[in-house]
Amino acid sequence: MITLEKVRRRAESDAKSHGYFLNPDAESLKNLLEGLQKNEERYGYPSCPCRLASRKFEFDRDIICPCDYRDPDVQEYGYCYCALYVRKDVFEGKTSVLPIPERRPFQKQIRSYAASGEGVAEKPSEATTVVTEKPSKIILKMWYCKQCGYVCFREEPPYVCPICKAKREMFAEITIHSDNHK
Amino acid sequence: MRDKKKMQTIKVPGKNNKHKVLMYAISTCVWCKRAKKFLTENNIEYEYVDVDVCNREDRDKIREAILSRGGRLSYPTVIVDDRSLITGFNEGQLREVLEI
Ligand code: SF4
Repeated sequence: MITLEKVRRRAESDAKSHGYFLNPDAESLKNLLEGLQKNEERYGYPSCPCRLASRKFEFDRDIICPCDYRDPDVQEYGYCYCALYVRKDVFEGKTSVLPIPERRPFQKQIRSYAASGEGVAEKPSEATTVVTEKPSKIILKMWYCKQCGYVCFREEPPYVCPICKAKREMFAEITIHSDNHK
Repeated sequence: MRDKKKMQTIKVPGKNNKHKVLMYAISTCVWCKRAKKFLTENNIEYEYVDVDVCNREDRDKIREAILSRGGRLSYPTVIVDDRSLITGFNEGQLREVLEI
């Protein structure tokens, strides 16, 4: 079982490495960290507390905290969708925190309904962590960052390179050619 | 005894029951928590469902209920009198629709 302290430390170090801060409101912060802890416990991964998870890793990978939408949201609004990660001006109270629109595409949201398994997920088994779900409509591709060489395997390239912070446009798809014509 | 067809909602009593207020929420969501708190503090009677703990059948019903009213799949989604739909915790809109 993951402790709340560990969830907090993980978020803190992630905020630090990106030049962000955690929500300055103690109650909101506690609620968010508890939400992440609960999701990690019940799904096996810390999916976004404010979004509906499908309970299937492959469908939820874009909303595993820190989600794919954090960086563009912090850039545009000053904080992520849940307002766990905030910019300096928000941390200092110069910018207030109001709900922001959902950036996650509808096609991805809708999967949380069709893909969600039967039954209530209050007491999930360890099996929820398996990544071997049928890939159904998900087509994973290999992407590499032209700036630093970071490689990832996912549906779409990330908004921002997690290593060198290059923008999405710097990602190119890697296509593998098999040499079977000989 | 559990009626299989009927979705389980949780009723929060309040003095102001002028409108029928139904909230679709996520149990871990901070905006949903704020919306619930706002309604409670304003003595509004409401019902809510935490979609994350619903089974697939209920999730499907909720998805349809939201989309058929022109809503988006974000939470909280508040439906007032089966008609007005409010996406997200929008205090101004809630005040207007609830006449408070
Ligand atoms: S919106 Fe914020 S809290 Fe939610 S997953 Fe993204 S980064 Fe984490």
